[in-house]
Amino acid sequence: MMHCYLYLSIILFCLGIIGVIARRNVFTVFMSVELMLNAANLAFITFSRVHESMDGHVLAMMVMAVAAAEAALALAVVILLHKHKSKLDTNVFSLLKG
Amino acid sequence: MEQSVNYLGLIPLFPLLGAVLIGLLHVFTCNRTKLPEKVYGILACVGPVLSFVMALKVFVALKGLPPESRFLVHKAFTWFSVGDLHINMGFLADPLSCLMLLFVTFIGSLIHIYSIGYMGGDKNYGKFFAYMNLFLGSMLVLVLGDGPVVMFVGWEGVGLCSYLLISFYSEDRSNVLAGNKAFIVNRVGDLGFVLGMSFLFWAIGAQGFDYLSLKAHVNDPAMTQGVLLTVCLLLFVGATGKSAQIPLYVWLPDAMAGPTPVSALIHAATMVTAGVYMVARFSFLYAEVALAGSIVAWVGILTALLAAIFGMFQEDIKKVLAYSTVSQLGYMFAGVGVAAYSAGIFHVFTHAFFKALLFLGAGSVIYALHHEQNIWKMGGLKNKMPKTYVTMVIGALALAGCPPFSGFFSKDEILYSALATGHFGIWAVGVLVAGMTAYYTFRMIFVVFHGEPRDHHAYEHAQESPAVMTVPLIILAVGALFAGLLNLPAIFGGDQIVSHWLAPSVTEHHPHAGVFVEILAIGASVVAFAIGIKIAYAKFGKGAPEPSFTGFADFAYHKFYVDELYDKVIVQPYKAIGSSIWKVIEPNVTDAPVKGVARLYMVLGTAFKVFQVGYVRVYALYMVLGLSLMSLLLSQSLN
Repeated sequence: MMHCYLYLSIILFCLGIIGVIARRNVFTVFMSVELMLNAANLAFITFSRVHESMDGHVLAMMVMAVAAAEAALALAVVILLHKHKSKLDTNVFSLLKG
Repeated sequence: MEQSVNYLGLIPLFPLLGAVLIGLLHVFTCNRTKLPEKVYGILACVGPVLSFVMALKVFVALKGLPPESRFLVHKAFTWFSVGDLHINMGFLADPLSCLMLLFVTFIGSLIHIYSIGYMGGDKNYGKFFAYMNLFLGSMLVLVLGDGPVVMFVGWEGVGLCSYLLISFYSEDRSNVLAGNKAFIVNRVGDLGFVLGMSFLFWAIGAQGFDYLSLKAHVNDPAMTQGVLLTVCLLLFVGATGKSAQIPLYVWLPDAMAGPTPVSALIHAATMVTAGVYMVARFSFLYAEVALAGSIVAWVGILTALLAAIFGMFQEDIKKVLAYSTVSQLGYMFAGVGVAAYSAGIFHVFTHAFFKALLFLGAGSVIYALHHEQNIWKMGGLKNKMPKTYVTMVIGALALAGCPPFSGFFSKDEILYSALATGHFGIWAVGVLVAGMTAYYTFRMIFVVFHGEPRDHHAYEHAQESPAVMTVPLIILAVGALFAGLLNLPAIFGGDQIVSHWLAPSVTEHHPHAGVFVEILAIGASVVAFAIGIKIAYAKFGKGAPEPSFTGFADFAYHKFYVDELYDKVIVQPYKAIGSSIWKVIEPNVTDAPVKGVARLYMVLGTAFKVFQVGYVRVYALYMVLGLSLMSLLLSQSLN
């Protein structure tokens, strides 16, 4: 039964990766990152359940806190990016091209 | 036996501090409102005068000691210590360095005072005095150093300052080239000095590398005749560079490009006397090998002859004096070469007075004629500039060796020593040169001061120089008159004070050749002087037109084309080697690997550039791939 939760976690994580890599809208990328964080949280909770300890719960709470902080920062960055180029397409921002 | 006194280090320190202070003042004010010239002038004279006072104190202290233990030492600090080589920044005052100290600081001070007038109005007034103080300070380090290494510090210092001062009027390219020439020619000599010093250290330096230890170990088994001769000759190469002897004399006449007080300082008090001083300092080495002494003496007397020939045909008043310096330096080397060290040093001493006098007098003339240096544009100046005229005649008589002026006694002492030690050839050439000296010196005096004015416009505007310039002239004239009496030989009822004073410092044996030889030497010198001055009077006494040179005279006027020869044989090949290295070896040999490495990185960079696409999502992909790879490897190794 536990396997299903882990499979779900993996699927969510992969969806997140694909979202980050394949999508060009900054918001979608950001949401995909959140998705990966939640996939990790799900894995933590599952393992916590398996081992019957509270460690995983603690970490999951911490990840949520970090994710909240990160969301605040990331949204500010998104606003700045939009101010800069009036677009939210990541392909527009390619100053590091070699 | 030796006494340590800490004021010894102050003597070179005063002018050196003065140089730093004046230099900083000049640097911080030269672009803004300038300080009044008086500030620089007074600051510049404080250092040398204080040094002179300290030198007097050293003299008094030495005089209070018994003759055989007249040593004052001061070790300022340990400079460096490597293996066997322990070098202290130490100073030594003995009768020899004390005598040098006295006249270097005295004449140096007078030249500084004179410069206040001569350099008035120059836009680099402060810079000039900073260099002058540095020059004097370096010379004092050279004289006072207690070993060859400390001497070398001063040796290089005077070389640097001569370069800076010769090319002082640096707007004119030829002046800069003259400075370069002085510096480069001196470098050749310096190499000899360094090699000589290294040989000396290799042989006996391990037991201490100051004069007193070296002197004590000069008879060690390591000091074979061959080593001694090598050391002596290499050191002499250094001396030929600094003191302008064959073959390295070429820089000194060109050094006239600098301001006249600089010429006076170079020719009288500092720089050129360093070579003679060094040979006298190492007299304990030269006394051991007769051959080295003979070579020194012959090089010296041949230089004297060559320079006297050149001097007879020059038309620039300062060049005449420059060649006379080279010639007199030749005498000094002849003196120290025949082991008459005190006679050689005594000639340095008297020469300092009359040569400083002649140069400052020439400077006074040049100043009055608005920087005209060609003697064929002068004439009849004796009524316009009586003080300069009288003092310069005194200087000329001393230079020409007229009794009882100072130059007579010192020159005669050298010639007598040459004759008494059996160096007849040197004596004969010396007497000939004495006559030539009288001739070219009075040729200059007659042409400049007697006869009719040749350039009436310049003559009308000429006037006597200010007191700040004439007073040093008068003081020096007194010195040129009476300095010779300090070493009056026994035949004139004197007791050779200077020779006895120097006796503890130098290794020499006074020859006793009898009264007849002494009278012969004196007689020959006087006759040579009389003939020289008579010819000069006959040719130029009543005023003479500018001669046109033909044949030998033309050859001598062009200095035997030695400069051109050096240019063809040494300078041009060097330039050719330099440019071939620059054009062939550098691009193909040394540059190839350097540029190759750069090109390699460029190619690698271009190859890796394609991965840097600039999109965040691609970088995320790299990250995912990398992390996956790492996880894969980790899981592999765990299994």
